[in-house]
Amino acid sequence: MEFRSSVRFMQGNAAITEGALAAGARFYAGYPITPSTEIAEISSERLPQLGGIYIQMEDEIASIAAIIGASAAGKKCYTATSGPGFSLMQENLGVAVIAEIPCVIIDVQRSGPSTGLATKPAQGDFMQSRWGTHGDHGIIVLSPSSVEDCYYLMVKAFNFAEKYRTPVVFLADEMIGHLKERAILNEIKPEDIINRSQPVCDPKDYKTFDFGDGGIAPLASYGSDYIVRLSGTTHDETGYPNIKPENADRFIRHYTDKIEKNKKDIVITRKYNMEDAEYAIITFGCSTRSALEAMEMLRAEGEKIGILELVTLWPFADEQVLEVCKQVKAVFVPEMNLGQLIGEVKKYNPKNIPIVGINKVNSLSIHPIEIINTILEVKKCQR
Amino acid sequence: MSEVTYKDFLFTEKLPLFWCPGCGDGILLGAILRSFAKLGYKKNNTVVVTGIGCWGKGDDYITTNIFHGTHGRALPFATGIKLANPELNVIALMGDGDGATIGGNHFIHAARRNVDVTAIIVNNFNYGMTGGQYSGTTPESSITSTSRYGHIEPAFDLCKLAEAAGAPYVARGSVYNVVQLQKLVEEALLKKGFSLLEVVAPCPTHFGRLNSMKKPVEMYKWIKDNSVSIASAEKLSPEEKENKFVLGKFVDKNSVDYSTKYQHIIDSVSLKVSEGGDKNAE
Repeated sequence: MEFRSSVRFMQGNAAITEGALAAGARFYAGYPITPSTEIAEISSERLPQLGGIYIQMEDEIASIAAIIGASAAGKKCYTATSGPGFSLMQENLGVAVIAEIPCVIIDVQRSGPSTGLATKPAQGDFMQSRWGTHGDHGIIVLSPSSVEDCYYLMVKAFNFAEKYRTPVVFLADEMIGHLKERAILNEIKPEDIINRSQPVCDPKDYKTFDFGDGGIAPLASYGSDYIVRLSGTTHDETGYPNIKPENADRFIRHYTDKIEKNKKDIVITRKYNMEDAEYAIITFGCSTRSALEAMEMLRAEGEKIGILELVTLWPFADEQVLEVCKQVKAVFVPEMNLGQLIGEVKKYNPKNIPIVGINKVNSLSIHPIEIINTILEVKKCQR
Repeated sequence: MSEVTYKDFLFTEKLPLFWCPGCGDGILLGAILRSFAKLGYKKNNTVVVTGIGCWGKGDDYITTNIFHGTHGRALPFATGIKLANPELNVIALMGDGDGATIGGNHFIHAARRNVDVTAIIVNNFNYGMTGGQYSGTTPESSITSTSRYGHIEPAFDLCKLAEAAGAPYVARGSVYNVVQLQKLVEEALLKKGFSLLEVVAPCPTHFGRLNSMKKPVEMYKWIKDNSVSIASAEKLSPEEKENKFVLGKFVDKNSVDYSTKYQHIIDSVSLKVSEGGDKNAE
């Protein structure tokens, strides 16, 4: 089937699905949950057309298990859910971490806790995406702020998953998932797609987890010439359980290091008008839309406002945030939660400038005026 | 090339087995590995998926591909593996706590979907690994480390559960009846579609000790004395059948498996798309 690059008027969730397919994903397992269901519905129609598989599992625990299994058998895999389902996935997300299995988990965030405001947007899973599964680990989390992002960032998500043998969380939100806007979807060229590295050694020498000196071990698939031993138990290079303290230390550090030490490659940020900015907004996801609007209105009044948008949420963009905090007089962090990103931003504030949250959890998006008023108020106090 | 034997599938350098003296898991492991050899399985084309528990450690001694996942979730992992590559032989090894209690929901749905996976559940009536607490198959009124005054819940009949869910192959064996067990393992492996083999096994360390069977041999004798064939069980009254282990093959029918059905969908829609173009292109 030929891909036709085109200007489209489409929904975020639809673009997420097209992005996954463009990246080469051919296996979806999931459980329906608002506001992510369009991803399941479109996947169920599109995947068999491409020779891929869609399966609806009995719950989210089974869904993430199925994509991990299918990935081990060689498919690029994804699942989509929202907060409650993402919570259920946390234990097996740890399996993907420790067994180093590429997969992409889409969380279209909604208002919680629990069932909460089931159809309403929120950004309350920022920390869950980082620390939801137990134990020390690194994780890659990407967050889209437009429909085009949904498409192109999904390709990035799969590329990171394959390159680093890791689960990647695609942290969208109801607003972006259900947003319909103009988007140009270009074909993804084969050279822009990364596939997991394959072993080249003699099959008898292959070790499933031999990452050598800080690299990433090649991952053979079940059914290849290689024997693949994958385990959620702390193991050595062979995949066999190993409880020696020095082995545990080496491997557990590896799960963090392989992500944190590759920040230069993984961290994606966008700057808007930061060149001459005296005040900055640090933002992600749907809140970026409000921030952009607020910035434009303030710029029209002559205020020097800039934005740092975090596209990669984890690993954290510490260098970029530090640079902004050194440059400006105050930083504003709008979030549809009670302050999750802001805590991270505050860690990189050497001049001790005001870092001010604009937080909303009532299901309504952050209005640009709310950001503007906060900025003007702080500015007035600083004079 | 020399003949393939069970030893080719046994991770000999990892011996001795870590299971307690008198445990039945080693007997079943032997039956499975002998079956692999007899059926000509290739190591690289076979995936043994395990959960967590005593029997969930079975993969430690197997030289095929393995996937050692989380407690109760072996079947959904196995489902993903099998659907992604239907050419693989996929075998899920689970215990009663693992496969039928915390994993009970996955168990009935895997059977209902008829995914071509062989599920071998060791039923030793308790959580052996964590010290003998009661599970979903612990017999009513028995003593466990968390039912000191006698267990008040009735036990699941795993074979009836699988049959009701639609599994095309359902059987129960025991580690006492090794010849029959070997035959049932082979049949379950050969069956196209979801097959359940429940294997009654002793846990002398916990269940036996707490239920007046101080020595492993007493627990084997208990299994032997309470085992009846399906034919003999038919002659018993419901009261007489209570607490008996009915051994044999309950279901063996042909039923098109999930992957085969899904392939039909792929074949039909990819044909339509190639004829009519991409209907999603706007």
